[in-house]
Amino acid sequence: MNLPERPMRWMQDRLPDGRLGWLFVGPNLAIFGIFTFLPIVIDFYYSGTGGTNLLPTDRPWVGSENFSSLLACKDYFDPNSCVRDQFWYAIWNTVKFVALQVSLMLVFSVLTALVLNRKILGRGFFRAAFFYPVLLSPVVVALIWKWVLQRDGVLNAALVGSGMQPVEWLLNARSAFGWTVFVSIWAHMGFYTLILLAGLQAIPADIYEAAAMDAAPPFRVFRRITLPLLMPSVLVVLVLGLIRAVQIFDEVYVLTGGGPGSATTYLVEFIYNTGFSSQVRQYGLAAAASLLLAGVLLVLTLVQLRGMRGTKGNSRG
Amino acid sequence: MLTATRGRGRMDWTDWASYLYLGLGTLLMLGPVVWLGLSSLKSPSGLIEFPPTLLPQEQARVAVPNYPNPLPLYRITQGDHAGQTLAEVRKIGLQATMVDPAAPDALIRVPIDDRAKVMHLHAAWDNYTDLLQKFAFGRYLWNSVFITTVAAIITLLLNSMAAFALSKYRFAGREPVFLMMLATLMIPPTIILVPNYLIAAVLGLTDNPWGVIWPAVATPTGVFLLRQYMLTLPDDLLEAARMDNASEWRIYWRIVLPLSKPALAVLAIFSVMWRWNEFLWPMVVLGRNETFTLPLALNSFQGELTTQWNYLLAMTVVTLIPVTVIFAFLQRHITQGIASAGVK
Repeated sequence: MNLPERPMRWMQDRLPDGRLGWLFVGPNLAIFGIFTFLPIVIDFYYSGTGGTNLLPTDRPWVGSENFSSLLACKDYFDPNSCVRDQFWYAIWNTVKFVALQVSLMLVFSVLTALVLNRKILGRGFFRAAFFYPVLLSPVVVALIWKWVLQRDGVLNAALVGSGMQPVEWLLNARSAFGWTVFVSIWAHMGFYTLILLAGLQAIPADIYEAAAMDAAPPFRVFRRITLPLLMPSVLVVLVLGLIRAVQIFDEVYVLTGGGPGSATTYLVEFIYNTGFSSQVRQYGLAAAASLLLAGVLLVLTLVQLRGMRGTKGNSRG
Repeated sequence: MLTATRGRGRMDWTDWASYLYLGLGTLLMLGPVVWLGLSSLKSPSGLIEFPPTLLPQEQARVAVPNYPNPLPLYRITQGDHAGQTLAEVRKIGLQATMVDPAAPDALIRVPIDDRAKVMHLHAAWDNYTDLLQKFAFGRYLWNSVFITTVAAIITLLLNSMAAFALSKYRFAGREPVFLMMLATLMIPPTIILVPNYLIAAVLGLTDNPWGVIWPAVATPTGVFLLRQYMLTLPDDLLEAARMDNASEWRIYWRIVLPLSKPALAVLAIFSVMWRWNEFLWPMVVLGRNETFTLPLALNSFQGELTTQWNYLLAMTVVTLIPVTVIFAFLQRHITQGIASAGVK
């Protein structure tokens, strides 16, 4: 299995020393170019075109019409007053989802990491148990919970068993929203717990020993030592969690399909619905919405970079 | 640490609280998965039972002389025959005609309210075996396996070549190339769906497994992971090989790759997980049913009007098994890789 050796050697003998690197980076770079950088350029072009044809040459130029129709609202807090009401439903749903999901996930992953960092029996098993759902396919995650939450499912059986009425969990707007938050926390919490656990283990043990010498009460140790030293990891988790939560799609799409109505339609689902799911494929509108999403993600990424630079400075100083 | 650790052997309230939290948490994390697994072994009639039983059960049947088919068994709860176990011959209205399997000649009439089904454990393995016959399940499985395997191989090859150049060569443009690759980490695939679909269509990659493979193989994460690892390999090794007139490709293939095995293993695991679980992009690029991967097949199957849950559950279990097996054996590599790279 060393077929490329001859051609590579041939190239090597002909290329000046400094160029050889390009030969190895080339293939990877070409794919980045075709499937990551070129698409961004095309995204901008698409966002200024209308119609439903796929090929850019068949698409009429409409200028900023896609953006202005997406942003045309009498009252931004009332999606019904907007030209693209689905877009604004998606935005406000996403805002609610992100706020609730990220804050709850942060609290629970910090708590779980703290508990898993203690000297307890079966620590390896418990760590594995909390991490396992992270590896599951989002479609599998959604189906697992759909099965639990269905009308004749085990959760309703428990309710009936304790004398209550069964609930159509996914057909009620409020509870469907709540379950999308819960299921996405269930599926991703292990990942963030792992990062926080690594952060906890990086705290030098002698600091705790010194605190024990001074007989510092546990809660003060937590507030004065653990929490400040864990802050860099918390920040990483916060920003990564935000970036991921804004892009929520897979689990929710399979679990609720965005419903009931548009109660659990989030931004990426709006993009998918607009560009791909219906017969009328509005690529231009989908591209414009993608760019607005990209803007949000860019801001979050810059915050992350700033935060990471800050933490590096701290650890050095 | 929430609290300082106390002496061994003594449990204080924080220990109790920790175990309680972990116990409930484990139940919440693994319970639904176990429930899925148990349910997938139930027959259609067992699945619609409410309240559901924990284990897959089926009504017991017994072969009785003179009757061609095995008869369903009931335990009689009231009346003359209370306590006996009888087999049902037929049911007319509210009365059932039954026989004692030990004395098959005498017919006994029992009101149907006076009896309860005799259940025994029974795993409906045909939920699994039927998948292959009744649905194009083998097709979906093959599509998923093909995409996952081929994408992993190409990913390892291309990413390690790039990482080799970025860690072991000095060339004009090396830093910009590296920064550019890191920048792609920040371009989530969700925002380039539309143009990527155009590119796939122009290249003839729609409805084609290669349409899932090619856009995914040049992972910035992989390049970064491998580059960081290769930086730790001593340059003297490479120089020694160059003295022996080895070609650069040979150095990459025979020296650098074998030494990078730990990092390659982590990337291989990541790549397999990513491709096996991927959903949105395959859904966009694979339009025809026969090109579907397992997650796509699951999604379209669950959307059908009359969902056949017994098959859907079995299919879901088959989809999660490979990931579970990989996790069981390679847990340490996975968690360390994720903790060090900060990605999943």
